[in-house]
Order: sequence, then C-alpha cells, then structure tokens
Amino acid sequence: MNEWIVFISNNLEITYIIILSIFVGVEVIKNIPAVLHTPLMSGANALSGVVVVGAIMVMLNSDPQNYFALTLGFIAVVLGILNVVGGFAVTGRMLKMFKKKS
Amino acid sequence: MSISLSLIYLVSIIAFIIGLKKLGHPATAKNGNIIAASGMGLAIAGTIFIHDLQVPRSIYILIGLAILIGSIIGGLMAIKVKMTKMPELVSLFNGFGGASAALIGLVEFSKDGGDKMITTTIVSGIIIGAITFSGSMIAWGKLNGSIKSVIKIPYYNTANNLFLVGIVAFAFFMVTAGANNEVLAFALLAAGLIYGILFVLPIGGADMPVVISLLNSLTGIAAAITGVLLSNMVMLIGGILVGSAGIILTIAMCKGMNRTLGAVIFGTFSATDSIAGTNKTLGTIKKTNPSDSAIMLNYATNVIIVPGYGLAVAQAQHIIHELEELLTKKGVDVKYAIHPVAGRMPGHMNVLLAESNVDYSLLLEMDDINAQFKNTDVVLVVGANDVVNPAAHNDPSSPIYGMPILEVENAKHIIVNKRTMNAGYAGIENELFYNDKTVMLFGDAKAALTSLVSELKNM
Repeated sequence: MNEWIVFISNNLEITYIIILSIFVGVEVIKNIPAVLHTPLMSGANALSGVVVVGAIMVMLNSDPQNYFALTLGFIAVVLGILNVVGGFAVTGRMLKMFKKKS
Repeated sequence: MSISLSLIYLVSIIAFIIGLKKLGHPATAKNGNIIAASGMGLAIAGTIFIHDLQVPRSIYILIGLAILIGSIIGGLMAIKVKMTKMPELVSLFNGFGGASAALIGLVEFSKDGGDKMITTTIVSGIIIGAITFSGSMIAWGKLNGSIKSVIKIPYYNTANNLFLVGIVAFAFFMVTAGANNEVLAFALLAAGLIYGILFVLPIGGADMPVVISLLNSLTGIAAAITGVLLSNMVMLIGGILVGSAGIILTIAMCKGMNRTLGAVIFGTFSATDSIAGTNKTLGTIKKTNPSDSAIMLNYATNVIIVPGYGLAVAQAQHIIHELEELLTKKGVDVKYAIHPVAGRMPGHMNVLLAESNVDYSLLLEMDDINAQFKNTDVVLVVGANDVVNPAAHNDPSSPIYGMPILEVENAKHIIVNKRTMNAGYAGIENELFYNDKTVMLFGDAKAALTSLVSELKNM
C-alpha cells in the first residue's frame, strides 16, 4: 500500500492530467448529433491507434539481439499503424459523403 | 525525453482535441479528421526521429517496414469496405489497437524490475488489451455473420463475472507477489483473451451498437494505461480522450436501448430472456400492394420515412433516396426519422443514407420528430421493427418495455415494409402491424421500393 501512496505523490502531475483529460474528453464529445456518431466513433478509434507510438518506442529501445521484444514490437507497430491509417482513411471517406444540398 | 519531442507531443495533443471537437459538427467534420490525423502523423514521426538513443540501422529498417505494411493493409481495407460493412471494419481496427497495447505490455513485462506500480500498469494493459482484441474479433465475426451462436446457458453471466473476478485476483497476486515469470504474463494474456470471447459471444445482434462503443472505449483506456507505463503524454491523453468519448457514446446507446451501463458490463446483457406477449390476440393484418401504397404516398402532404437495418441489408439506401426525391418533386414534404440504434453501430443509418446523397438536414433524430408523427399523413417503415414497437410504451411485460421508440402509431396512416411476419431481433410481436391504420407491404426492401418508385413515376 505504501508504495502506491509514494507512487501517487511522485506522479501528482500525471494524476492531474488524467482527471483533467477526462473532463476535456467528455466536454468535447457531448452533444454531438447522432448523424455524426459513426464517423466520430471511427475517428476516435483511429486516435486509439496512438498505441503505435508506444510500439515504436519498444522497438527503438530493444536490443537488436532481443528477438522476443523485436518480434512482438514489430507486430504491435503493424497492428497499431493499421488502426491509425485505416481508421482515419475510412473516417475521411465517410465524411466526404455527408452533403447538404444548396 | 528531449524538450523538442515534448513540444511535438503537445502540438499533437492539441490537434487531437481540436480535431475531435471539429468532428462533432457536420460542417467542420472533414477538417477535424484531417487535423487529428496530422497530429497523429507528427507524434509518430517525432517518436521515430527525436531521441538520444543509439539505434542500429536494422531496427529503423524494421520499423519502416512495419509502418509500410500496416499502412498499405489499413489503407486498402479503408478504401474497399462497403458502407454497410462499416461496423465490422471499426471492430476489426479496434481489435488491432487493443492487440498492440497487449503486446507492448508483454514486452515491458519481460523488462520489468518488480516495481509494483509499473507491474500494475503492465498487467492492466495486458488484460484490457487482450479483452478488447478478442472481444472485437468476436464482434467482427458476429457482425459479418460468420459467428452466429447466441449462447443461452443458465448462470452464464454469473460464471462470466466470476471469471473476470478471477482474472483481477490473479493480476493482483502477480503485482503483490512481485511475480516476474513470463509464463504468468502469457497466462494472463490467455485469460484476457478468453474473457473477451465469453463477454461478447452471448450478445445479440440488436445490442451490437452498445458493444462496439464499449470496446472502442476500452482500447482508449488500454492506450492510456500504456501511456502511463511509458511516461508518454501523447498516448496518455489521446487514450483518455478516446476512452471518455467511447463511454459517452456507450451511455447514449444504452439509453437508446433501455439498458444501464452496469447491466451491459455485468449481465442481463443477452438476447431475449423469454418471448413475451405472443399469445395475445392481436387481430389481423392488412396486406397492401405497391400501387395502392404509391397512391397513398402520392396524395399525402407529408411523409416520414423510418429506415431500419432491413433497409441496409437489402442495400435499398439508394432506391429510398430516389423515392424521397420523386415525392419531393410531387410536392410532398418528406423527412427521415432515425432511431439512435438504427443499424449496427451508433449513427450507422445516417452514414448509409449519406452514401446515397440524402441531405443530412432531412434526417431527424427521435426526440425532434416524435411530436411530428400525429400531424403526418403517411409513415413508411422500411425494415425496422423493435424501434417502432408500441409495446415499449404500453406493455410492462415486454422485454423492450421502457425503450424509447419512434411513435409512428400516432400517424394517420402507416405503411410497413417487411420481408415476412417474423419477429425482430428482440424476438417479440409488434402490435403496430395489427393496428387499424397499418397496412403491410411484404417483400424485400429493395424490390418493394423499386416497384413503388415505378408506380409513382406512372402517376
């Protein structure tokens, strides 16, 4: 238990950031019209591909002889970037269809 | 971490927030997507090129190769997918994000020195990533029809919840015991994967919008946890943004289906418990044909179209737009009423209609249009069932009692297009079909609408 209290006091900033980000996320998303729910969701889904940054960090930090870390890192980068590129591309494709007639 | 990389991450985070904000308004959504994508590109490029590490060239080549492969596959999938298949694709991508987080957790576990807090983030990253991955894969399979089973075993939910408690207890043991055996990490991964399967497998088709939002939110949380682990702000904040956005959409979907979030996560979240209300005498139905329906529509002053998933299955979104244009040309006031859970993911119906060039200002949400039904001459229901079932209002024994519905029964005339008299996903009878004001136009949505359009053209 003690270690966790030490961790939190050492990482107060992170705790602040987490809580404030939750509020930002909620405020930004609420009141979005239902017409945009699908693009929003697929856009948010693309954003969650931000894990690819971590996957790249894992690969950069790996020993070139550590095949275990490199293999898993490689797969993680492929999957993460797939989520990012596919997610943003398909969101863009959907949004292109939303038109208002003049 | 160098100051320049930190600044780059800050710019990316601002781009994420502005991008998400702009995604929320029809006029700015396209720009929002581009801004968010640029922020992501910046964060990825910064991570690769700005650091003090001595990285051998071979690793750079591997990273480049991975990015190339992922981009090509992702891009191709995004270009090729049909709009009716959008929910499957989002599930699939979502699962990949979760898998990526779980793999990072596995690698970090092998480097972990036994610090309890770090181990906590690692094990939670592995569990949540694994659940998201396998859950999304099952959702994908169910949505594209390759997995059909809806399990109905007594105490299934209880067993499932106990399993989840077991996983958490196991993870807690790993943290407190300072376990650093990699076999345990793989066991945890396997347990997470199994739970994800068990969680999504019993869920019926109509509940899919809730599940997809929830899984989407979980991937965000997995990304945020990985961000804490690697002390990486862009992952942390990006992940939390997605997590909270997903939770809000999930709650919106729950309201649309009359469920609570707790019920979604911990049980009573399966297809029908019982088939209620079938023995009531509901009267008789009245059949109609395309030419009579065309006459009704032609002489109406206002018409509301209620599209359901049946329309999407029949690929009838283009022909319905043709019908709408034709009626508008004849001076009929035509609108669409969209139920929040019409389709297989939140807002899916809107995308399908947008694909066929329907003006989005004609698509009205449930709360805005419900008051208008009583002044409407004709309502045309195409492939929708449970979302227009009056039992949600007046039959407390019905499983959908309390669910918000489109109150089409208030309109003067109702035309319902369905393939057969089979019940909807909830498996219950719909007394709307037996209403005196209702006529049934049986047939595949596309075929029925096509003959309606040709009848109208001849008038």
